[in-house]
Amino acid sequence: MNIKEAVKQKELFTGGHRACAGCGAAIVARQVLMAAGPNTVVSNATGCLEVVSTIFPYTAWNVPFIHSAFENAAATISGAEALYQSWRRQGKYDKKVNFIAFGGDGGTYDIGLQSLSGAMERGHNILYVCYNNEAYMNTGVQRSGATPKGADTTTAPVGKVKKGKEQYRKDLTAIMVAHGIPYAAQAIVGNWRDLTSKVEKALSIEGPKFINVFQPCRLGWSYKPELTCEIGRMAVDTCAWPIYEVVNGQYKITKPREKKPIADWLKLQGRFQHLFKPENKALLDDIQHAADRNWEELLKKEAPEKSEK
Amino acid sequence: MAKSNILARTGNEAMAEAMRQVNPDVVAAYPITPATEIVQIFASFVADGLVDTEFVPVESEHSAMSACIGAASAGGRVMTGTSSQGLALMAEMLYIAAGLRLPIVLSDVNRALSSPINIHCDHSDTMMVRDSGWIQIFSENAQEAYDNMVQAVKIAEAVKLPVVVTTDGFIISHGMERIEILDDAEVKKFIGDYKPEHYLLNFEKPITVGALDLTDYYFEHKRQEIEAMKASTPVIIAVGSEFGKKTGRSYGLFEKYKMEDAEAVMIAMGSTAGTAKVKIDELRAKGLKAGLLKPRVFRPFPKEEIADALKGAKAVAVMDRSDSMNAQEGPLCLEVKAALYDKAANKPVLNYVYGLGGREIKPEDIGTVFDDLFEASKGKEKPGVSYLGVRE
Repeated sequence: MNIKEAVKQKELFTGGHRACAGCGAAIVARQVLMAAGPNTVVSNATGCLEVVSTIFPYTAWNVPFIHSAFENAAATISGAEALYQSWRRQGKYDKKVNFIAFGGDGGTYDIGLQSLSGAMERGHNILYVCYNNEAYMNTGVQRSGATPKGADTTTAPVGKVKKGKEQYRKDLTAIMVAHGIPYAAQAIVGNWRDLTSKVEKALSIEGPKFINVFQPCRLGWSYKPELTCEIGRMAVDTCAWPIYEVVNGQYKITKPREKKPIADWLKLQGRFQHLFKPENKALLDDIQHAADRNWEELLKKEAPEKSEK
Repeated sequence: MAKSNILARTGNEAMAEAMRQVNPDVVAAYPITPATEIVQIFASFVADGLVDTEFVPVESEHSAMSACIGAASAGGRVMTGTSSQGLALMAEMLYIAAGLRLPIVLSDVNRALSSPINIHCDHSDTMMVRDSGWIQIFSENAQEAYDNMVQAVKIAEAVKLPVVVTTDGFIISHGMERIEILDDAEVKKFIGDYKPEHYLLNFEKPITVGALDLTDYYFEHKRQEIEAMKASTPVIIAVGSEFGKKTGRSYGLFEKYKMEDAEAVMIAMGSTAGTAKVKIDELRAKGLKAGLLKPRVFRPFPKEEIADALKGAKAVAVMDRSDSMNAQEGPLCLEVKAALYDKAANKPVLNYVYGLGGREIKPEDIGTVFDDLFEASKGKEKPGVSYLGVRE
């Protein structure tokens, strides 16, 4: 995508919606649609993005859009895509259309995992974009399967005994790769070129595609609104959220110039402040070790032989 | 009248046959006993290229209805089928399909709800979603199942509400009967082409479907949905009459069987109505004034019409093949009593909860109900609710 050309296009996800200042989800929607273009049908799981963008009688979507429920953005878009395939086969429709589903991490990792898995397995020609802010933000920062260990959330709070979420998050991108889909990727808010390139690439491929976009949330992660993109980039530099793509099973990682300690990323956010108390050092170390281990595992996936040396 | 073809078909085969003739753009479905065959037979139509349908073999009934909602919002003619737990799992999406005013047609093979798990017929599944905003049409036999499926498409698209057509699990779904079907071209002509008004694939006019309504709009949108349900009554009658002109089989909101001078009236839906007709013929041969009112359309509930039809009755028995677990009457009886309150509250209305989990109901059982009715019509006190055919 050429940025000079892109800004001349009609905005497909307009301003005037009711997202928080500094909301990363709105950035994801806008940039994904900039790359996808106007011939796109969007489905959206219940969640922040849907709530802030479609308060009747207003809509922020200048493309056809459907929201039906929380756990079924993938099933809903697969129905729309099925109709499109049917009409094409019947010779009733000849336009080329992209089908994109958006879901938060709650609607994707947790309650929507079954419908996502079904849609990917059936092989619909769709792109599923998870705007992953690592908790249920719409209902007020509850822990999800995407919440990292040690994070403070309202259903796994930091208390006198407990230190936030006690489990590691699940690796949903790996689960998607295991479906044998032709394209899966991780991206961030804060690197528009990387995200839009991935969307363009995904949409150029037939079949089911998945992009897991790491989306800092100023409310749930507790930081100043202007830091959204910086926190996204810092997640890559510290390997808290590596960005990569998997094309037909082949990994290609965009590596940081210099891998920074994960504390550099954690300390920017209110949800991790308790980790910096002396009594929680073991937990902080554990989080660093887990990040190192995950990074090593990922590198092996990219070049199995090289990493064994 | 159009030419009809005589076939031997089970209820499931009859419904699948109707779906083949309707030739929907999309079918999204998931297997469940005793409705599985409908989907299975339809998948074979797809595999043999007999339909243009894109078949989506989803991973759950929730996704089946979600995909139907996506496809119908995109602009397609869409159908599915399920039963029991499947309908229960869909419940969330059934309300959404109706709220979005999508003309989806669903065949539901009535089956008991767990727990205890049971695969046989009762009406708990359909009754569970009776307030979901779907038009509900019950079928007595395989012929009606076929006829109702064809009419459902036309009704749904005319009033922009989804329609569920039911048969009784195993009793109808797996029972082979002689049925008459129309030629494919006649069905095509009867239902016509579907022209959606607003749809996702229309890029000339992009729409937002499923927006968030708050306190300032939700009520108005629900009010419109209520009005659509009310307005569906004349449409159902008109479609039933048009179908009759083509086939000789006319349909209304309910069927009246030997009701002209009936003093003891049974109200029953689905296959039990057929059993009741046999018993009523026997009673009539003995000179007893027995009659049957068989509701075909449960939603919208034909309140005025049923009250009018019951004006001459001296005692009424309402047969409920499910219970509301409200420590009162079953759901059909509550509706009938509410209908009678304004117009004809001056007669005993007895409620019989029967046939749960597929418990058989025989002509003799129907006979005992009529015995009660004739006694009640002479002023004898009878229990308000009885559980027919259960060991107690």
